Amino acid sequence: MSQFALEITDLKKTYDSDVVALKGINLSVKEGDFFALLGPNGAGKSSTIGIIASLVTKTGGKVKIFDIDTDDDFAEAKRLLGVVSQEINFNNFEKVIDIVTTQAGFYGIPLKDSKQKTEITLKRLGLWEKRNEQARTLSGGFKRRLMIAKALIHEPKLLILDEPTAGVDIELRREMWEFLKEINAQGTTIILTTHYLEEAEQLCKNIAIIDHGELVENTSMKDLLSRLDVQGFVLDIDKPLDQPPSIPDYPITLKDSTTLSVAIKKDQSINHLFDKLSALGINVSSMRNESNRLEEMFIEMVKKN
Amino acid sequence: MTRRNEILISLITLIRKEIKRYLRIWVQTLVPPAVTMSLYFVIFGSLIGPRIGTMDGLDYIQFMIPGLIMMSVITNSYANVVSSFYSVKFQKSIEELLVSPMPNWAILAGFIMGGVSRGVLIGCIVFCVSLFFYPSFTIVNPLLTISVLFLTAILFSLMGFINAIFADSFDDISIIPTFVLTPLIYLGGVFYSINILPDIWRNISMANPMLYVVNTFREGMLGVSDVSIPFALAMIIFFIVILASACLFLLHRGIGTRQ
Repeated sequence: MSQFALEITDLKKTYDSDVVALKGINLSVKEGDFFALLGPNGAGKSSTIGIIASLVTKTGGKVKIFDIDTDDDFAEAKRLLGVVSQEINFNNFEKVIDIVTTQAGFYGIPLKDSKQKTEITLKRLGLWEKRNEQARTLSGGFKRRLMIAKALIHEPKLLILDEPTAGVDIELRREMWEFLKEINAQGTTIILTTHYLEEAEQLCKNIAIIDHGELVENTSMKDLLSRLDVQGFVLDIDKPLDQPPSIPDYPITLKDSTTLSVAIKKDQSINHLFDKLSALGINVSSMRNESNRLEEMFIEMVKKN
Repeated sequence: MTRRNEILISLITLIRKEIKRYLRIWVQTLVPPAVTMSLYFVIFGSLIGPRIGTMDGLDYIQFMIPGLIMMSVITNSYANVVSSFYSVKFQKSIEELLVSPMPNWAILAGFIMGGVSRGVLIGCIVFCVSLFFYPSFTIVNPLLTISVLFLTAILFSLMGFINAIFADSFDDISIIPTFVLTPLIYLGGVFYSINILPDIWRNISMANPMLYVVNTFREGMLGVSDVSIPFALAMIIFFIVILASACLFLLHRGIGTRQ
């Protein structure tokens, strides 16, 4: 068995409208990885996922799922794959329990087993109490959970989630993160696309960035973040100031009388800044990143491209 | 579990889902044909029928029963598949099938069997209704009757599937039933024998495929027909093969289903 859960080689997609969505991307995701696939709108993320899931027909290239070439045996590859699409894709007039049981049936799971598996999956996702409700009556967050339940019912080894937390409140989003971390720890390889870069930074070990149908980055999260030249920090201070303190090489602005904003270069020491502030009689009570680090990196890369 | 068993389970799941769908909305799917056909039997069978007299040597209501059953089977098997498959496309729940390991032939067979089951069920309901108006009705050739019933339901389910594949809006799934199917059925010998038509109209009627379906079924039920039965059966089977191949080709290419 290959050490890769997913291998994509020279993947190309041109739509009927002559829009070139993918210009030949190469990508590998290791088994057990938690992988982020990022990119601005229209970059080619959903086309890539669509091709892997057989919702979009590729123009060229190869896709292998756990070493199974989808051109040779897509049915076998699909058994190992679970997909949570970006848009709601179930019949809103069916009951929650029927939607999940039917999905299990489509994977060839006998009715008796699928009922058991459905109960376990719905309980795990906090949907069991809603099992007899029509899907249309669920809130947005519960509909997202239902999408995940459907994708997990056949216990896939590779789970792809296309913006699973879009439109989901913070509490539920964090619950979902914990759930995804748990199933990843149990051995499921996860590929995630998201516009919440904090989410990708929190969850993912490795990352690829697609833009204009091309892969512009494919590395570990740690490596990518280490390349950030300048980071912005917000410092809360204990005494109010009328004007920002002047410290050479550290551009500081006053956000309000007790909050400073400072840009620190990669080769600068934050301890040195604290020493200088202490020397000026300014004590820092708390500190945070001005914006998400990955977000800064992402914007920088997409601008360059 | 073997792959064959898995495919069988997935096929049964899809058929069960399709049958549950139309049974859940039985007021919209099962009751209207029974009501409409009752009205046909009352007006054309009991009220106007006796004034018409006989058709091909049979009571008019007796002559009409196979035609009306066939009309119900055709419209319902077509409507079931076209509305169901277009709905799964519209709601994107077709993705549930496409991401699963189900082969294309099983997806097609699931929708077609759903349509066939509804068409045959409606046919049986209409037949039961007809017995209220003509209790002494007996079927001359049950084997031919049942064969034609199923073959017709399969044929028009396949047509409904192709319509749904190419449909981009709800208008697209009503245009063909309204402007093509219904006129052809009404002019296809449901209410009359083409022998009463002038030569030119009789010859034009021979080009109407519905005529063969209706008359083959009438041959099975009553033993009278305006067309050659072997030819009609061969044509029905021929078109089933052609349409099923076309459906599989369209699914394989992803036309109307994949981007």
